[in-house]
Amino acid sequence: MAGVKQTAIGVYNWFERRLGLARPAIDAAEHPVPSNTSSWWYVFGSAATVILLLQVVTGILLALVYAPTASQAWSSLQFLDHNIELGWFLRALHGWGSDFMVAVVLIHLAQVFLFGAYKFPRELTWIVGVFLLLCTLGMAFTGQVLRFDQDAYWGLGIGASILSRVPFIGGALVDLMLGGPIIAGQTLSRFFALHVFVIPGTLLALVAVHLWMVLRLGINDWPMPGRLVSKKTYVAEYHQLTEKTGIPFVPDAAWKDAVFAAVILLAIVACALWFGPFGPTGQPDPTIIETAPKPDFAFLWIYAVLAYLPPQLETPVMFIAPIIAIGAMLLLPLVSGEGEKHWSRRPVAVLMLAVIAVTLGAFTRLGMYTPWSPIMNAWTGDPVPVAYLKDRTPLERAGAIVFENKQCRNCHSIGGAGGMRGPALDGIASRMTEDQIIRQVLQGGGNMPAYGNALSPAETTALVHFLTTLRAGRLPAAIDASRTVAGSGPGAPGPAGRIVPAPAK
Amino acid sequence: MEQDPVSRNEPVSSPHRASETHPAPNPAAPGHSRRVFLFNVALALNGIVGVVLAIPIVGYLLGPAIKKRSSDFGWIDLGKIGDYPEGETRLKDFRNPVTTAWDGQTGDIPCWVRRIAGSDFQVFAINCAHLGCPVRWFAQSKLFLCPCHGGAYYQDGSRASGPPERGLFEYEHKIENGNLMIRAGKLPTLAAKNCGGPRLTQIEPAPSANAQNTTPPEESTPGSDAWPA
Repeated sequence: MAGVKQTAIGVYNWFERRLGLARPAIDAAEHPVPSNTSSWWYVFGSAATVILLLQVVTGILLALVYAPTASQAWSSLQFLDHNIELGWFLRALHGWGSDFMVAVVLIHLAQVFLFGAYKFPRELTWIVGVFLLLCTLGMAFTGQVLRFDQDAYWGLGIGASILSRVPFIGGALVDLMLGGPIIAGQTLSRFFALHVFVIPGTLLALVAVHLWMVLRLGINDWPMPGRLVSKKTYVAEYHQLTEKTGIPFVPDAAWKDAVFAAVILLAIVACALWFGPFGPTGQPDPTIIETAPKPDFAFLWIYAVLAYLPPQLETPVMFIAPIIAIGAMLLLPLVSGEGEKHWSRRPVAVLMLAVIAVTLGAFTRLGMYTPWSPIMNAWTGDPVPVAYLKDRTPLERAGAIVFENKQCRNCHSIGGAGGMRGPALDGIASRMTEDQIIRQVLQGGGNMPAYGNALSPAETTALVHFLTTLRAGRLPAAIDASRTVAGSGPGAPGPAGRIVPAPAK
Repeated sequence: MEQDPVSRNEPVSSPHRASETHPAPNPAAPGHSRRVFLFNVALALNGIVGVVLAIPIVGYLLGPAIKKRSSDFGWIDLGKIGDYPEGETRLKDFRNPVTTAWDGQTGDIPCWVRRIAGSDFQVFAINCAHLGCPVRWFAQSKLFLCPCHGGAYYQDGSRASGPPERGLFEYEHKIENGNLMIRAGKLPTLAAKNCGGPRLTQIEPAPSANAQNTTPPEESTPGSDAWPA
């Protein structure tokens, strides 16, 4: 045994004499870190790096089969899913790995922000981290394009439409993005190049820089209320802390990173096994228009924001908001590089983070069920509930048919079925008078198109009569106060210009 | 927190550090200034080569944006006008005039053809003017609806409601030998040429006398005058 050990050491020395890499690597791994950095809060950065490696490996494996051409990409994904042994599992790993990576990177960002880790001397580490976030999101978007299905096709259309709104150079940007006059072969090829060469190359290089700075500047020490960061004293204080409480990063602190990385990888494997790969949805054939395209999870909030912005605000917000957001993140460590690190003494920072998190969460949730989208086939589905037809006159029932036939339910729900774009109509007659309903139906207004051209007078009459029977529960019908005023004396305007309600009958 | 990169135990030296095998460079060595000069010349030479290389590379990259736009468009035959019933709006596919051999299905583009009456046509792009999603025609409610963000357009393509700022994109069209031709070829976006003027009207009840005269045969002519008393 001693001989084997001697030989092993000899081989190691032979390589090390020529490479000289092992010693610095071991030194870096064992470098002392303040013992208070050994925390379960400090595991997200290393977990993101591990997921990145998983993505690189699974990505290369998928590239063995994937055909990056517009005519074949979709079929090659089907082939991966159904004809290649475990192809579906590799796709699932890569897809879930992507979702987990975005999530872990965001959590890492939030943790680093809350712990004030971006302050002196780690400003540049944060700035590089912002670019890493952008690269991660770029990978998520381009990866979604490579899953060349209906969502990818129309997602590219949305991207091109957004770019086309850039003043002056919008057209040129669209041409650059698409690579040709339409979304087609050259578009997919350039997104393939971005996803496989350009962004991963940048990402890996930036990760190296990011890690180098973590090693060089040390891991952010656990913040203490009242321990302020000052450019003059911080480095000396950190050295002192490391000397006093230092533990070797490997293994004393790194075991938590290793455990968490394993848990995250297991979670990805579990999701991949349980839920399987994402899509591909329908073929990327633009002539199949029966589709409701939707972006991947990480971009649902943008999809929702774009639905809610008023039209005239949309273009400015689309371009100014990202510049402000990214600019603010880049400038943050330069503006606030000193001072308090602890969250309990940074209420504005905590509040900002909470507001941003809740906002993103709320918009993502909205993006999941898209209440603003008409349900394009609601009118062919459920009939008007029987309860709404009981004891109705023939005219009112004819109105229910008009209601069904004119696709009102694409936007309005009744009896719990239908779109959410417009208000539910179950109790409409207790909110609007007959005149108001007629006006709304014929002229539209608010967010409703005018139906004056789509309804004959007979249809309008029937529809409105049906709608006036819709009163939620036992609520009384809406009344027009001005009618009452006109009809009876006591309703005349009072001395202060206020309308005196008519006496109840 | 500086690392100590010099190995402690191994008798291995980094080749770029001064040691017994690699003596420290002597700036005063004979010919040093000449070599510095030659190195600077070499740097300048590489700078020039870099520019020479960069011009074609940048040109290649910007190619799609520099190309003349008119070459993307072509007149496309959408078939006999008799194929389109008067007063109806039909979906029609065509092959984009410019495609590559590997475009596959993505080279097939749909459009909405509305035959108002006789030779009076409107041809709309499938793409919503908001963010390009495919709009669908609902003949009963006479609306184009977008599944993405709920943009709605009237039968003449004008904006009805929702986030779009303008009406649908319309293709230029003509009728030749009884065939409907449209000029197409580029993804219609707010920046592309085939976009027409913006239409910002919120409510357009009766789209001009034009629509009044050319209502579908079976249906009566509703309009703002059709209000019940």
